[in-house]
Amino acid sequence: MIAVGERINGMFSDVRKAIQASDPAPIIDLAQRQTECGAKFLDINVGTAAEDQKAAMRWLVETVQGACKTPLSIDSQKLSVVKAGLEVADGRSLLINSVSGDSDKLDKYIPLAIEHDAALVALTMNVDGVPQNVETRLEIALNIVSKAMEHGLDLPKVFIDPIVLPVTCDQKQIKFLCEVISQTKILSDPAPSTIVGLSNVSQGTSQRHLINRIALVMLQAYGLDAAIIDVLDTDIMDAAITADMLLDKMIYSDSYLKAARM
Amino acid sequence: MPLPALSESHSAATNIVTLGATADQGGTRTTTLQIGGAKTLPFMDGDGDCGHNVLVAMDVLDAPPDNWPADLVEPYAGVLDDPAAWAKKCVDEYGADLICLKLDGIDPDGANRSTEQTEETVKAVLGAVGCPLVIWGCGIDARDNEVLPMVSGAAKGERCLIGCAKQENYTRLAASCIADGHNLICLAPLDINIAKQVNTLVTEMELPADRIVMYQTTGALGYGIEYAYSIQERQRLAALGGDKMMMMPVICDAGYEAWRAKEARTPEAEAPEWGSETERGVTWEATTAITLIHSGCDIIRMRHPRAVTAVKKALEGLQG
Repeated sequence: MIAVGERINGMFSDVRKAIQASDPAPIIDLAQRQTECGAKFLDINVGTAAEDQKAAMRWLVETVQGACKTPLSIDSQKLSVVKAGLEVADGRSLLINSVSGDSDKLDKYIPLAIEHDAALVALTMNVDGVPQNVETRLEIALNIVSKAMEHGLDLPKVFIDPIVLPVTCDQKQIKFLCEVISQTKILSDPAPSTIVGLSNVSQGTSQRHLINRIALVMLQAYGLDAAIIDVLDTDIMDAAITADMLLDKMIYSDSYLKAARM
Repeated sequence: MPLPALSESHSAATNIVTLGATADQGGTRTTTLQIGGAKTLPFMDGDGDCGHNVLVAMDVLDAPPDNWPADLVEPYAGVLDDPAAWAKKCVDEYGADLICLKLDGIDPDGANRSTEQTEETVKAVLGAVGCPLVIWGCGIDARDNEVLPMVSGAAKGERCLIGCAKQENYTRLAASCIADGHNLICLAPLDINIAKQVNTLVTEMELPADRIVMYQTTGALGYGIEYAYSIQERQRLAALGGDKMMMMPVICDAGYEAWRAKEARTPEAEAPEWGSETERGVTWEATTAITLIHSGCDIIRMRHPRAVTAVKKALEGLQG
């Protein structure tokens, strides 16, 4: 499973303070520690930490690029902020995170992904919001796949995100997300990739780590390819790696937990 | 209706390992060779880059073999007690890409050659040929641990390929290869899980992954070769899927395995229905080698010159 490290996000107080003080040390530390823990991408999200979000995104991207070689996930709901991050990227692999499943938005983001040779996270939501059933999410996923084919973006580089909501909002949703993920994997050949922003599932609960890692393993069993997670949480990384091994996505060895992080 | 082309592409590739070092690289080799770099299953050039060509390493023993059949001894008449001349003959006359100096002679129950004698032999072979060298211990851990680090030092800077590191015995040899700039063979007993484990253990010692070659103990044709084939095919698929601890190129041993099979050795007088042993032994070795090459092998160890010729001809057709 492709682990996307979630910690460089202005929603966390240490990152917010670092952005506001232009202090690179905490950002460098987070970039390097997440890399050591096995992150395959580092998510970069300014959040609400700065008034000039474009300048903050540029600073974060440049700071992280100076600290490690790990690919980046440029995370913002604003196209201009995403573009600011892409402009200063140094040629490493990139993930654009994210766009909704509306056709007019996809027509802007997919060519941008192609231009920067980046992968793209596309959410199964549209102007009407997040659908509350399997069928509508799949309908949006199919629209994303069609648009990617129309523009010529390789489908494995399209990461469809079926949107994880807190279990306290809707307890049935993980069960139907399993269904959405397995059906998304048969929408096309080659199949699109799938991703979730996992930590949302445990918002407001008393057992965040436990709920996160059980939900992740369940989704992996249905074909989840990537997740934005707290890679510094050893237990969730061990669970994800073990699930990959049990699903025959990697060869077992006595040191498989270590080998997967190399 | 035109048939759509069926092809599979993979994002990852096997590691590229460089063998041998020239004078400007700190060695004395006249040629260096590379293996690995494959982005496909073997010879599937329609799917992508097949990487570097398969190399044939011909065996040279440090002490005259006492149990080789006459047909295998005959091509080496006059050089079996002179490893340097033997190596030169393999390169000049029989087309070896590189030499595998097999140190059976250090076995205490065999010729029991000393460390000093072995160092001299390694130096003599390095002096006789310009190609890269594979140096392979006798397989007895205690003796290999005494001799191989000294041999590694004697060949310092030559970027040899030295074996074998095992799950329960890897630290001394890995440390020597790191110190002396050599590549290392990691052995697994027909076991993909142990192969990955040895690779991981050695990588943890900070030997770069692109200086490791994997070796699965191989069976000959008729002796469980299917297991080696399946394991090596699975190793290649894991590498192409992005498993970094499975991306190491592979060495196989066809010569030793084939020539200990009774089908290769039994004289026609004892088994008239099997026909001439002269053809049989060579065919057994060549068939073993070609089978292993198809499973995903970068260096094939061989013994009989006519089997080498047959394999090289097959490789010309497969990889040009």
